[in-house]
Amino acid sequence: MRQLTYLAVLAGCLVCALWLEPVLRVGVLRQVRRLALAVLPVAAVFIVWDLAAVHWRWWSFDSAQILGVRLSALPIEEILFFLVVPVCAILGFEAVRKMLRR
Amino acid sequence: MTYTGAAAIAVATAIALDVYVLRTRLVLGIVFWATYPIVLVFQLLSNGVLTGRGVVRYDADRILGLRIAYAPVEDLLYGFALVLITLSLWVRLGRREPPK
Repeated sequence: MRQLTYLAVLAGCLVCALWLEPVLRVGVLRQVRRLALAVLPVAAVFIVWDLAAVHWRWWSFDSAQILGVRLSALPIEEILFFLVVPVCAILGFEAVRKMLRR
Repeated sequence: MTYTGAAAIAVATAIALDVYVLRTRLVLGIVFWATYPIVLVFQLLSNGVLTGRGVVRYDADRILGLRIAYAPVEDLLYGFALVLITLSLWVRLGRREPPK
């Protein structure tokens, strides 16, 4: 169960943000191309930075609290982090924008 | 190079991209600053769990040592940059094609 820790954090973020799509109808998830173009290049850059940081030993991961699946030197959760967090931020941003009517 | 230095550069880059390159100027507007506290709360919660439980561990020589809710301040700068750049790209892309 401890191995699901990182994944649980990501799931928590998604749970807190995904409801904005159907409830506030922010229309983010249906703009697939726009979402991909906004999220993927940034994720790529941060993943490269992360790989460098791990290589330089700035930080490391506790193998007892991750699934154990790695893509190169990064836990898959770390890769997912760079997809989940930006999507949640966009959902939040569009929700705020809608609420402020801007 | 330390995490501190790299994170500061990331923030500067994000702001430069937002204001001068993509010209989305989100940091000059109310929507971003109304959104960011929400993002920050979730970041402090998530980071709190990840660093507090030691899922991610940092080399003490590479960070200032200042922490907020267990997370190195550098993580907050890093998160700010990640979110700002993403939102800036998102908004910029929205100006080219109307929502479908």
